[in-house]
Amino acid sequence: MSSYFFSRLKILILSLFFASLIIFFMIEIIPGDPASFMLGINAEPETVDALRKELGLDISTFERYFNWITGMLTGDFGVSYTYRVPVSELVMARIGVSIPLALYAIFLSTLIAIPIGIFSASNHGNFKDLSFMGFTQLGIAIPNFWFAMVLVLIFSIYLKWFSAGGVPGWDKGFFVNLKALTLPAFALALPQASILARIMRSALIETLSQDYFRTARASGLTFFQAVKKHAFRNALIPVLTIIGLQFSFLIAGAIIIENVFFLPGIGRLIFQGIVQRDLIVVESVVMLLVFSVIIVNFLVDMAYLYVDPRLRVKK
Amino acid sequence: MKFPISFILGFLLSLFFLAITVISFFWVPYDVETLNITNRLMEPSFENLLGTDHFGRDIFSMIMIGGQTSLSVALIAVGLGLFFGVPLGLISASWRGSLLDDIIMRGNDLIFAFPSLVIAILITAVFGPSALNAILAIGIFNIPVFARVTRGAAISIWTLAFISSARIAGKGSFRISLEHILPNILNLLIVQGSIQFSLGILAEAGLSYVGLGVQPPTPSWGRMLADSQTMISFAPNLALFPGITIILAVLGLNLLGDGTRDLIDPRLKDKIK
Repeated sequence: MSSYFFSRLKILILSLFFASLIIFFMIEIIPGDPASFMLGINAEPETVDALRKELGLDISTFERYFNWITGMLTGDFGVSYTYRVPVSELVMARIGVSIPLALYAIFLSTLIAIPIGIFSASNHGNFKDLSFMGFTQLGIAIPNFWFAMVLVLIFSIYLKWFSAGGVPGWDKGFFVNLKALTLPAFALALPQASILARIMRSALIETLSQDYFRTARASGLTFFQAVKKHAFRNALIPVLTIIGLQFSFLIAGAIIIENVFFLPGIGRLIFQGIVQRDLIVVESVVMLLVFSVIIVNFLVDMAYLYVDPRLRVKK
Repeated sequence: MKFPISFILGFLLSLFFLAITVISFFWVPYDVETLNITNRLMEPSFENLLGTDHFGRDIFSMIMIGGQTSLSVALIAVGLGLFFGVPLGLISASWRGSLLDDIIMRGNDLIFAFPSLVIAILITAVFGPSALNAILAIGIFNIPVFARVTRGAAISIWTLAFISSARIAGKGSFRISLEHILPNILNLLIVQGSIQFSLGILAEAGLSYVGLGVQPPTPSWGRMLADSQTMISFAPNLALFPGITIILAVLGLNLLGDGTRDLIDPRLKDKIK
């Protein structure tokens, strides 16, 4: 178990290091000086120099990279060029929207996908299975932001059940926010659920044809008891892999969906950063997003240990 | 030979969108650059099959022209993925277990950690928004996909007897990869290519929607959706038709990919996720 853990940990650290290098140097090659950009073309050279010093732009590239990375490790992401407040403050204010949205979407997609996957696999090849698989094929083809617009049209404009955008803030109570995030989360969950249901189905079909499943049935267990006790856990391994891989699509989807619903999340922060050339915000938020994808994949690797006991045995 | 239903349906849908896009290079029902405000927001009719937008432009003509951007961005991005991903996968497979293999695969994992939207954000921060951004962002994300698929398929072929014969005949890893491995995994790459093509259309739409892709006045399916958002309450057609176009094009390519896979080798089902 420990060798598996340490090999994954080594990959995690290396990935984070190289990701930080890529992001830092991509932003570094941007032509133009942020200080001159912020002060405009008529600024005095002395003023520009003073601002460069204040923003920490007067030191060498290596030093800046070192400061940025050590700062991030201690929660100091630098100061936003535009808002003149710590980036960590901006991120913290928006993370309260983005993380609940992502978690809500994962919850909904799993809630939809697993029963459909089990139902389709247990009806493998018949009309019910084919209909569900047809729907999932459609779900994969629907752009989530378009689906979000359709949801707004139906549930906000015609039926007036949900608001068309924005969140009231967590100080206004849990359920009002949950309600405000329902349409965005549902739009985000649809393609994920479709892919997950298909993977769940094919993984279950595979395990249902195994000898141990037949033995479990022969020993007197009902179909669903045998699925619950023997097939489900074995089918979870590919499902976990896909949940991990899907996380990167979920991040991208969330950034776009936040735009549809005018949610003040990380996605909108990053777009404002691009428009205002607030590079420290872009750099730090991109690093955070990539960091979260790498960490989720690491956690998925660790979850294999729970699902698949064979990995716990020392090689 | 019996064609699977998914293949027929996918082929017809893909052919339709390809055809209207190719035709749009020579002819469209109405000029999309001419504004005709008196004719704005018309319902679908015989004159305007899918109605008109807020500037009085014919939506069907815009969808035809928009296909040029959406399909070409996705197609070039697949080409990029194939061009870099397949050689990397072949190299990785022929030196499997080596340090080089490890570096290539870990590099792949690293690129996977950058969602295409995040790559697009980085590229936009550097070079500003354009269609080229979308191509690069989607293309870069495609590289590890093709590298993984190629490596996985190539490794299983390296174990076969005819490869050993080629080795005994004196061929090196490079020639074996090119002359024996590549032709044998081509089917798989075509199927994966069609899947990535459809994902590319979705990604392009997303990037154009948030303003990181093609810029106005060039139409693309994603841009049409972005423009329609503020008018959805009184002109839902503006959003519905480009959306349905994207869905049908993506569905067509996915079905074509599935159908081709079933047609050429049903066993491939297990190798493609």
